[in-house]
Amino acid sequence: MALSSVKNDEKTITRKLWSVSKKLLIYLLLIFITLFMLGPFIWLLSTALKSGGENIFQYPPKLIPDQVTFTNFVKVMETFPFWRYLFNSTIVTVLTVIFNVLFCSLAAYPLARMYFKGKNIIFILILSTMMIPFQLLMIPIYIMSLNLGLGNTYAGMVLPHITTAFGVFLMRQAFTVIPKELDESARIDGANSFQIWFRILMPLVKPSMVTLAIFTFISAWGDFLWPLIIVSDQDMYTLPLGLNMLSGTFTSDWRLIAAGAIISMIPVVLFFLFLQRYFISGVMKGAVKG
Amino acid sequence: MKRQKLTPYLFLIPGCIILGAFIFYPMLQAIWLSLTEFNMIEDATFIGLENYENLLQDDLFWQTLMNTFIYLIGVVPALVIIPIFLAVLVNQNIKGISFFRSAFFIPVVTSLVVAGIAWDWVYKEHGLLNYALEVVGIITEPIGWLTSTSTALFAVMVVTVWKGLGYYMIIYLAGLQSIPSDLYEAAKIDGANWWQQVTRITIPMLMPFVLVVSIMSSISAMKVFEEIYVMTGGGPLHSSETLVFYIYTEAFSNLNMGYASAAGVILFIFTLILSIINLKVMGKKGNIR
Repeated sequence: MALSSVKNDEKTITRKLWSVSKKLLIYLLLIFITLFMLGPFIWLLSTALKSGGENIFQYPPKLIPDQVTFTNFVKVMETFPFWRYLFNSTIVTVLTVIFNVLFCSLAAYPLARMYFKGKNIIFILILSTMMIPFQLLMIPIYIMSLNLGLGNTYAGMVLPHITTAFGVFLMRQAFTVIPKELDESARIDGANSFQIWFRILMPLVKPSMVTLAIFTFISAWGDFLWPLIIVSDQDMYTLPLGLNMLSGTFTSDWRLIAAGAIISMIPVVLFFLFLQRYFISGVMKGAVKG
Repeated sequence: MKRQKLTPYLFLIPGCIILGAFIFYPMLQAIWLSLTEFNMIEDATFIGLENYENLLQDDLFWQTLMNTFIYLIGVVPALVIIPIFLAVLVNQNIKGISFFRSAFFIPVVTSLVVAGIAWDWVYKEHGLLNYALEVVGIITEPIGWLTSTSTALFAVMVVTVWKGLGYYMIIYLAGLQSIPSDLYEAAKIDGANWWQQVTRITIPMLMPFVLVVSIMSSISAMKVFEEIYVMTGGGPLHSSETLVFYIYTEAFSNLNMGYASAAGVILFIFTLILSIINLKVMGKKGNIR
């Protein structure tokens, strides 16, 4: 009796030991990958915090600065119109997200819930735009935008991205699963199509709207190629453009480039941390549906 | 009654105007431009297929095409396989897991310019990477990762992979979480071990997501531009120049709009092929909701 209980104790101990060491291994692995994912940023931060007296090119590299200083941040804020660029990025992103969600949901509504001539053709045409790379279109859009006087304007940056096939598709899927009886009873109560769309259906597809908003946000905020083409006036630069110019002008002083990069990272990282639950579930949903 | 019939079209108008003006019209315009010589100053002159003929004889075009394929071959498998392991790793109910998920996702939300600057710094001759490799004993002399023709393209590829890992990890996480847990329970009752569960349940159920990720990552690898622009500028000696970078410089630095459009049409054909494979595969595997 006693012997078997000792054996059992041993068993549970080895099992516990195994599960603890397994957990430890998992954490070690997670920390190692985190270092790989965040390492470049951490090193950038360490460079930005090093004072002018410190040799940033010393070998072996030093992660912890001798003396932490914020002068690089102050200096770069003086030369780098961070607030202006942040403002431009925010305007462009917010407008792109709002119009994209609006136009895609408008177009998705009849495609999901009405019968009309040419419906399938229109839907297929919209979907087919997914296959056309923007890099083919950028030259004609650039020429057209210049002719329309859209160079260096927010409209010029925003317009090409405010309807996407992905968005129409995502919203259509969301509208399709809502029971049709809802429309009918609303219609009996005297609502017109627009009211049904806005008052009844839109509140029901909020999760899909958030998904689309997040996808649009990531691509609009990080967009570089199109602003690079359409914007030549530095006052209209978005953060990525401004930062790219910064790294061109200060090639001699890496502390300032690093400080500028860190500063321009802050808004989007804060935004992400604030909404991370939605970001992650948004991507998950987009993957399953798209 | 007539208004009723118009309603669906009214809802479609804003979106269709945008898609028409910024996709269909430019698409036709691009094809037309590819048949012309156009430098933004003089009017476009029709030259037939001359741009295409010139492209085929342009060594630089072939090199950028080659580099783009190297990119595809290098980046896509990494982005298809590594995120599966990451997803399995973060799909556990342990303390602090949401911190790690977020940490892995941060490169996804930061702009490529910041990422490029951060990695530029890692790749410097006196940078972190050379030091780490020297400590481990892999290299004895520091390497100029972005300034050497033999390493620049690969160095940039690493950044693309690093930045995409978190995104595809989340897609796989969605896949893992969509597998009903009673499947595993039933398997356990039938006496299946861990390895059998992985090979018989997890991998087959994850296949549709593997396909989605491989198509998404290959289409985006076809179009890679920012990393190159920010980190190497296509150099040294065009060794890291990709097709889109080539289109960009031909169009906006050299103002060869017609010629660049022809290269754009070729890019379109390649992405079209990838997309058709995509549709075929997705159509077959209807289990993607």
